[in-house]
Amino acid sequence: MTSSVSISIRNLHKSFGSKHVLRGINLDVKTNESLVIIGGSGSGKSVLLKSILGLIEPDQGEILIDGQNCLEMSRADRENLMAKFGMLFQGGALFDSLPVWENVSFRPLVVEGMDRGEAKALAVETLNKVGLGAEVADLSPAELSGGMQKRVGLARAISSKPSIIFFDEPTTGLDPIMADVINDLIRKSVNDLGATALSITHDMASARKISDRVAMLYQGEMIWEGPSSDINDSGNDHVDQFVHGRAEGPIAMPVLKG
Amino acid sequence: METLRRLGEATLALLTAVGRLSLFAASGIFHIFKPPFRWKIVLNQMIEVGFYSLPVVGLTAIFTGMVLALQSYTGFARFSAESAIPQVVVVSITRELGPVLAGLMVAGRVGAAMAAEIGTMRVTEQLDALKTLSTNPMSFLVAPRLLAGLVTLPILVAVADVIGVMGGYLVSIYKLGFNPATYLHNTMQFLEVQDVVSGLVKASAFGFIVTLLGCYHGYHSKGGAQGVGQATTNAVVTASILILCSNYVITELFFSR
Repeated sequence: MTSSVSISIRNLHKSFGSKHVLRGINLDVKTNESLVIIGGSGSGKSVLLKSILGLIEPDQGEILIDGQNCLEMSRADRENLMAKFGMLFQGGALFDSLPVWENVSFRPLVVEGMDRGEAKALAVETLNKVGLGAEVADLSPAELSGGMQKRVGLARAISSKPSIIFFDEPTTGLDPIMADVINDLIRKSVNDLGATALSITHDMASARKISDRVAMLYQGEMIWEGPSSDINDSGNDHVDQFVHGRAEGPIAMPVLKG
Repeated sequence: METLRRLGEATLALLTAVGRLSLFAASGIFHIFKPPFRWKIVLNQMIEVGFYSLPVVGLTAIFTGMVLALQSYTGFARFSAESAIPQVVVVSITRELGPVLAGLMVAGRVGAAMAAEIGTMRVTEQLDALKTLSTNPMSFLVAPRLLAGLVTLPILVAVADVIGVMGGYLVSIYKLGFNPATYLHNTMQFLEVQDVVSGLVKASAFGFIVTLLGCYHGYHSKGGAQGVGQATTNAVVTASILILCSNYVITELFFSR
């Protein structure tokens, strides 16, 4: 185990009933790099991400975070490990019973016991970093547009200065301009923090913009990995079809779920 | 054979559900006693369960007391036993009708709201977000609600008891012509501590049942808006049934000779 690898996944398997979703995934994410996993709907991207986050328990394999196998950790150690993580959910997943600033400063306020005044100042500072003014801090998440919710979600993900940040479909549901704004913010935030980033997306514009390296997941297996500059010249028919968004090719889209 | 297979499947499904609910309840109780203690959330939930339920529970109690006095009068008049009305009203309200009706009303109002809120948090990934923020949903969401239900419903029922007895008093005095002093004297004379205590114990149990099932069904909801709607319905229906079943069990424990 080298210290330059933040996330290391070995032979990861996960099934739901008879459906084998992850089939022996092996993947390394180097420290400070931004890796984007691409793949179609149902390819296993979300299951992989949730397995790394501890939201789903894999059937077999290892997930090493900074060299520690998190599948063998106690619940308390696992919760402590989460302090290293920041996560931007696809739909934002903001707590709608709390105002924006309490969402952004949730971990310092609720978990670390920070003073409310300090936590609010931290929230306002973090909101500024994602292009939102202090006037947003006291609003309810329901009062925000989709793009603003994504920014608040990003602010929450980076507020406690995590060393590893996860992005789940960060641009889904946004118009192309707002998607580009979010991509820029993601890139900037990750660079400023010097963090490692792992994203999943099927938005190729987003993948190109925020990645140093790209990996493609297909039917639960990692079928290609390489620098993002090689994505147009991968030499892999599946990747080519996906990147160019062609209906014709080796990837057959299932009509029915599951 | 087919019938047997189906019966077996249904039995297994029932036992699985009971097992899951029991584990959920055990985890919720464990987190009530495990730091960090989230007093602010508990207080907010107590206000939600108790204060905001007061109008509906109070209305239910006063009309129940009024109807009880009126019905008892028409029935007891056949045996010239009208003087027993104060006793019947106070015992019925404190032992049974106060806690049971308050429990059912709170199940409809609070249990449904909890299932909808936590269910929506489930389908919008807010529960997952809590976990990624090093916060256990059992500690942050479930335990404070269980504690609030346990503590608040007895207080609510104590108020409902007073309002219900007052309803019977009003009808008895202003419609049936009872003497106020005699009515109150008979009420206090007949009432025993055990009557009130058993009602409050029931209320505490019902508060736990309502909040537990609201949280449980919300926590395990899936499938978007339809799933949340299903969770809400299940929370109210199962809580109502369990309230009525546990009411018998607690009555048996207190009053069987």
